Amino acid sequence: MQVAITVNGVVQERDVDPRTLLVHFLREELDLTGTKIGCDTSQCGACTVHLDGKVLKSCTLLAVQADGADVTTIEGLAENGEHHPMQTSFWENHGLQCGYCTPGMIMASAAFVRDNPGASEGEIRHYLEGNICRCTGYHNIVKAVKQVADAAAGS
Amino acid sequence: MSTRIFGSGIKRREDPRLITGEARYTDDIKLPGVLHMAVVRSPYAHANIVSIDSSAAEAMDGVVAVYTSEDIGDGLAGLPTAWLIPDSDLKTPEHPALAKGKARYVGDGVAIVLADDRYRAQDAADAVVVDYEELPAVIDPEEAAGEGAPLVHDDVEGNIAFRWVMGDREASDAVFDAADVVVSERILQQRLLPTAMEPRSAMAQYNPATQELTLWCTSQNPHIHRFIISAVTGLNENKVRVIAPEVGGGFGSKIPCYPDEALVSWASIKLGVPVKWTETRSENYLITIHGRDHVQHVEMAAGNDGTLLGVRATVYAGMGGYLSTAAPGIPTILHGLLYVGPYTMGSVFCESIGVMTNGTPTDAYRGAGRPEATFLLERMVDNVAREIGMDPVEVRRKNLIPAFEDGYEVATTLIYDSGDYPAAFEKALDMAGYGDFRRQQKSAETQGRYLGIGVTAYTEMCGLGPSQVAGAVGFQGGLWESATVRVTPTGKVQALIGASPHGQGSETTLAQIIAEELGFPVDDIEVIHGDTTETPMGWGTYGSRTTPVTGAALAQASRKLKEKARVLAAHLMEANVDDIEYADGSFSVKGSPDQAQSIQDVALMAHLAWNMPEGMDPGFEESQFYDPPNFVYPFGTHIAIVEVDAETGVIDLQRYIAVDDCGPQINPEIVAGQIHGGVVQGAAQALCEGAIYSDDGQLLTGSMMDYCMPKADMFPNFELGETVTPSPHHPVGVKGVGETGTIASTPTVYNAVLDALAPLGVTQIDMPLTSAKVWSAIQDANGGGS
Repeated sequence: MQVAITVNGVVQERDVDPRTLLVHFLREELDLTGTKIGCDTSQCGACTVHLDGKVLKSCTLLAVQADGADVTTIEGLAENGEHHPMQTSFWENHGLQCGYCTPGMIMASAAFVRDNPGASEGEIRHYLEGNICRCTGYHNIVKAVKQVADAAAGS
Repeated sequence: MSTRIFGSGIKRREDPRLITGEARYTDDIKLPGVLHMAVVRSPYAHANIVSIDSSAAEAMDGVVAVYTSEDIGDGLAGLPTAWLIPDSDLKTPEHPALAKGKARYVGDGVAIVLADDRYRAQDAADAVVVDYEELPAVIDPEEAAGEGAPLVHDDVEGNIAFRWVMGDREASDAVFDAADVVVSERILQQRLLPTAMEPRSAMAQYNPATQELTLWCTSQNPHIHRFIISAVTGLNENKVRVIAPEVGGGFGSKIPCYPDEALVSWASIKLGVPVKWTETRSENYLITIHGRDHVQHVEMAAGNDGTLLGVRATVYAGMGGYLSTAAPGIPTILHGLLYVGPYTMGSVFCESIGVMTNGTPTDAYRGAGRPEATFLLERMVDNVAREIGMDPVEVRRKNLIPAFEDGYEVATTLIYDSGDYPAAFEKALDMAGYGDFRRQQKSAETQGRYLGIGVTAYTEMCGLGPSQVAGAVGFQGGLWESATVRVTPTGKVQALIGASPHGQGSETTLAQIIAEELGFPVDDIEVIHGDTTETPMGWGTYGSRTTPVTGAALAQASRKLKEKARVLAAHLMEANVDDIEYADGSFSVKGSPDQAQSIQDVALMAHLAWNMPEGMDPGFEESQFYDPPNFVYPFGTHIAIVEVDAETGVIDLQRYIAVDDCGPQINPEIVAGQIHGGVVQGAAQALCEGAIYSDDGQLLTGSMMDYCMPKADMFPNFELGETVTPSPHHPVGVKGVGETGTIASTPTVYNAVLDALAPLGVTQIDMPLTSAKVWSAIQDANGGGS
């Protein structure tokens, strides 16, 4: 099937097998391998992207369902060569170790803080239930997200 | 003076590629013409393979070939077990890459399909028709060792793969017979699923013209993978290149060499095209090693005054369907030798029985044997305290080994390097406010609220380790590391290491060591790892060994360079070598500070070699092989405070205090991260994680929907403290810290919950402490649900 999906600002037209998951479309067709696959049951959140501004686990959607949509992946999060504040905060706060969950974590957290500036630690921990990290024990991830949330509330 | 780089929590050098999605993990690497491999896996835990019909699969679009064990023939040797523990009557049953005639666990590979697309490969795998004759299966290791259990391997009598004994049984009996108090418990160390977030993946590319094989794979130890892939394929080792690109966590599960890595290699050799395989998470749960799986019968002897006299245990350790790469060493060497812990206890005895079952093979999982030892020890100390009516903190305090700086031999024959256990212990108790907590706990109880505290004192053996010891305990490799510090003419550093970090931040920590030794800015130092052709030999990243062992090699290589630089600088400045002073990357002549040569100047002059001292070779590069003289022994005290809702059985982990001593901390932020992550992994064993099999050997926790991974909202912010006791035998005094959190936290959280439940009469619950189990235990203690 023919699809036209805007990914990181560029319209991508492709003929895809109708069963192709969006995450495989991104990774295999477009070589945007920053979006990861960590489970096959939509628990882990490693494949999180933004679809029309909303947070989405890209393993839960077929590429054909995203036809006409606007998708942002981790590769498209930085603007004008500057890291997104959430990327900077993860780096500054040691919010990552092996880095595999990180793109999904950052995508999920960036959207969460945009919609919930000033979120509390408890709200952040609750929200992050959809993203699993095996390395950090979440401590520094929560710290990183909180720092951006606090800054967003202050601005 | 500039701020010292050693001891500074600088940002990680690996992060820019990780936070932008630019890092390339194995599955992210694309090769033109690659075929995708899918594996037909046994749906039965134990079954004879009667016939395999691949005709329908072979006829499908995009399918290039289907192969079975018969097709492979002697093209691949069986996968070796590489830890041959001595004096244990060890049996190492054959482990073919694809099952020959019989499948021994759910997920055991039966055939492989190669197709031009991963979806089509999986479709075709589903179309391979295998006729199985199901056999009775056994999962519980104690049951598998019993009379009449189904036999997993015909040549492993009674399913007993090994029987390893530590200590003198009669001497132990004498201690126990004479003791005032003996407590006992049957402890279940449930199976755990390591769950590195990156599933395993392997891609092989064989070049028929050069007869060279390149294997990209998710490995913690590419040099060990090269060794084994060379052995099983028959290719010369110098024709095999193994690359571990970015690797997304391992926790031990990426140490072993698995069938899949051998199969992509074989298929690429056979077909002359690249072959790739990436597991799904469900596949990962079935085939990537599991951890723990012990049934332990434990006893501890003590005096009425709380003096700990001895511990002894019979351990049934489930090995699964085959003996994985390092499996026999885990419930033996890495387990029994930890039975003394941080205590003065004089008697230890362990009989560890490795049992073949129809479960997924087990092997090293973060802590590997040491968490299982620390748990039983700390659980039994609490049991002793309860039995004699003494505060568990008092019992520990009374038995802690006093501070020592250079060697303390314990009953297991280990010589601990250094420790000040009482200091870490008291610091943790202070941070927790132990006395106040006990008062709060009493007052809460009067309101029907159940608070509990768990306190664990631990030490552990890591920084594996002296190669002579490795040989003596049957490890089929060395445990040294090597490193090269290479300085370019423009004064930039490439540090090549044989170890293979995969999330630990070693590119930063190790760069800090070099920066400290030689004065190069840390941003000018690249640590290069994970490629057997680019890097010198090394045994890998596991056992909390990269900072202690590779770090030592780098420190020593740096010191060689510094010495060369000193002599060259003296020569260039026409001064006496003894008059050269070094500070912050600059060599100057004593008394004339204007005359100086920076390390970069010296590096350039060494490369140019226009004016070298007599006998000095050109170039600015040094290598070091480092074989540690002893293990390192980090230690500390962890404390958990919980509240249990007696109506629902729900546990609220309210506070977690960790005081750890890993010697001087090179990067305290990275150390803290290791502890945070380790604590959550260990606490999750106590609280929620556990692989569950049905009686017929089906893995019921086969995906993240059923296997409880710890999530952010289960934990508080952690309260960390430290003490600093350098290792006396290490060039920079550091000890490993990768596993301490996992080792200490399971008993800490478990004992806290059982402390909370004590007033309700609950004394034991098998892990994990799910709310359902806690609730049932409360009901049972109250006489069946009043």
